[in-house]
Amino acid sequence: MHVANLNKETSTSASKLTREQYLDLYYYMQLNRQLEDRMVRLFRQNKIVGGLYSSLGQEAVSVGTAYALEPKDWLAPMIRNIGALLVKGFNPRDIFTQHMAKYTSPTLGKDGTSHFGDLKVRHTVSPISMLGDLIPVMTGVAMAGRYLGQNIVALTWIGDGGSSTGAFHEGLNFAAAQRAPFVLVVENNQWAYSTPVSRQVPIKNLADRAVAYGITSKIVDGNDVVAVYMTTKEAVDECRSGHGPVLIEVKTHRMKGHAQHDPAEYVPKEMVEYWKARDPILRYEKFLTDSKIWDAKTKSEIDARIERELDEDQKFAEDSPLPPPELAEQGVYCDGCHTIEADWRRSKKELTPPNCSVDAAWEVKSFGSIDREAVAEMKAATETKQVAVPAASAGTRQIPAARGNGAPPLPASKFVPKVPQKPFVKPPAKAPIESNESIDTAAALRVPFGRGPKDKAFRQERQEKEKTRRDKRGRR
Amino acid sequence: MATITMLEGIRQAIFEEMDRDPAVVALGEDIGVYGGAFKVTEGLLARFGPERVIDAPISETAIVGAACGMSYLGLRPIVEMQFIDFIACCFNQVTNFVAKSHYRWGAPVPMVLRGPSGGGVHGGPFHSANPEMYFMHTPGLKIIYPSTAYDAKGLLKSAVRDNNPVLFFEHKFLYRRIKEEIPVEEYTIPIGKAAIRREGTDLTIISYAAMAHTSMEAAEMLAKEGIDAEVIDLRTLMPLDRETILASVKKTNKLLIVHEDTRTGGIAGEIAAVVCESAFDDLDGPIMRVTALDTPVPYSPPLEERYLPNAEKVAAAARELAKY
Repeated sequence: MHVANLNKETSTSASKLTREQYLDLYYYMQLNRQLEDRMVRLFRQNKIVGGLYSSLGQEAVSVGTAYALEPKDWLAPMIRNIGALLVKGFNPRDIFTQHMAKYTSPTLGKDGTSHFGDLKVRHTVSPISMLGDLIPVMTGVAMAGRYLGQNIVALTWIGDGGSSTGAFHEGLNFAAAQRAPFVLVVENNQWAYSTPVSRQVPIKNLADRAVAYGITSKIVDGNDVVAVYMTTKEAVDECRSGHGPVLIEVKTHRMKGHAQHDPAEYVPKEMVEYWKARDPILRYEKFLTDSKIWDAKTKSEIDARIERELDEDQKFAEDSPLPPPELAEQGVYCDGCHTIEADWRRSKKELTPPNCSVDAAWEVKSFGSIDREAVAEMKAATETKQVAVPAASAGTRQIPAARGNGAPPLPASKFVPKVPQKPFVKPPAKAPIESNESIDTAAALRVPFGRGPKDKAFRQERQEKEKTRRDKRGRR
Repeated sequence: MATITMLEGIRQAIFEEMDRDPAVVALGEDIGVYGGAFKVTEGLLARFGPERVIDAPISETAIVGAACGMSYLGLRPIVEMQFIDFIACCFNQVTNFVAKSHYRWGAPVPMVLRGPSGGGVHGGPFHSANPEMYFMHTPGLKIIYPSTAYDAKGLLKSAVRDNNPVLFFEHKFLYRRIKEEIPVEEYTIPIGKAAIRREGTDLTIISYAAMAHTSMEAAEMLAKEGIDAEVIDLRTLMPLDRETILASVKKTNKLLIVHEDTRTGGIAGEIAAVVCESAFDDLDGPIMRVTALDTPVPYSPPLEERYLPNAEKVAAAARELAKY
């Protein structure tokens, strides 16, 4: 597993980007943030019809990944990937009108949020609210692109929460079996609605999932846009050259609640502070200044351009009409309104009999029995295991970082199941949190199973805890 | 003219469509080297190769999802469910992703989802289902359920060429039992048109798939007793051929609906509502139905016989209806 710039304050190995590209990354991230800021205001004015899901703090993920794609490549956004839609060529007005349910929106008001796409020009597939389903769909996109000789890569995102779905597994397994040119970005923002990662999966790195599918994986600091871009570019290039799917885990944080209605009181304050100090845009601004890529004048020019564009598109959206009611009855079926035609980039003759005909028989290389080599491997593994067990039971062993595609299988001993987490006892008072690791533990301890902020007893307990903590601090 | 089984008709349709258009591909479990659990796709891999005939893992969600993605790039995938019962595993992909795609964001999904369905072969609760009504209730899907070799071939070819997702149910009881002469030259059958299998004046029996044959058998029995039944084979459930249904009811004034699906929430209820709304004044008796029981499909032969409608049960209901 390749770990890119994790926990480093700035990226430095960014020699491949031009100045224009550096500024592009800033433009899209800031556009993403300002656009969402305006939508929060519109939401409070009751101008957003449905829910509003913030990607505050995750802009580098959407922008950095999508920026690594070529125009012919395909993507499918999740609800918090508005930045990716902007990079792919959609306009702020598309996002405004979608949220405001206007007739001028890409779906004419039939669906909201980022639930829209474009098959012909921007090669974007619309998501649905059921998580994980985009993974098999984008696998099919990747397979079809290869079939038609288009040499494309398909990319989609999934959250830490969505990685628990059956569709995640089915899709990734099929993509791996087909060696499809497919990149899956696992956007680990620490929270599935109100549930922390530690309550969803028993592993530390979601990238470890890749080992089971026999595919390559990478981990990257999701609040470092250049690192995200570089890692994704590498993955996209690998995919394009036929290496099969790549899984990228980006470590980031959802700075707001699940949606506008959710104040996210379940997120520990220390955790908010930790990630606030790593705000992807502020960090990138500092990097641009320190690296002398821009000056104050360039920044204010870009910021002014963003303001101008957003003013115009917001006005357009606010002035747009709602759809006519009779539209509700139209468009369930395609009755000739669309022409379906594949963009062939290879000769159809290759796929026409007799050219495509084969001798239909399996070529089986392994008979599946336990051969001498496997027995020796198992024996060695058992011996290691006997030594390793005491250490494991002490609860201090870590599952080693997973390796990517083509790496030899890890000895069986390394797959000793993790010792179950300690049962929930009264959480000890915590020292100020300094690293990722302690944040994970803190989150796990603070949210007892089956209890949440609405639980009165839990609320009181927490208030008391806060008080004790304040007292202790006072004494120091 | 050549005499073929319904299974062979389906097989021919797939071969001919794949020959006609390289955008047509096939996906499913064991459809390649093995040729499919019922051998519908036998020889397909040899002719069209592994890029066009894809042996997929046991992963219905992945298969349907991938087929949907392929269709976004202009391919026309034909997906096989090994048994149509397993469509439950990919219910979300079919009903939320595929069916709503065109309405929501104008992305057509030209895909065919086909598989063996129906009981009468002692397949038990998980290899005998008729799950068509789950999907009747999902706007955006078309549903075909043929009863003859000729129809199966012609309708499957239309389904492949249609720009919408089409569920194509193949009654496995009929696969090899129905033999029919079909033309050598190419033909298609339009989706959404019912067929009048027997003209009659006393009452109308509406049915489809295996029950169309059961209804015909019952009609022959009734004819000997002097009851002249008209038998309509729906062939396509969605869109429903209301015109043919209403025209027949207006002629015979009595309606009996027969289906192999379970009773509550079966298509008989929908047809009854359509007739009540549009031809109430033409009815001379209650709308009656003969259906399977409201239970899972049982395994043991006497239980399954009790579960399924048969010609006797249909004739008995028709006799009651004829008294009005």
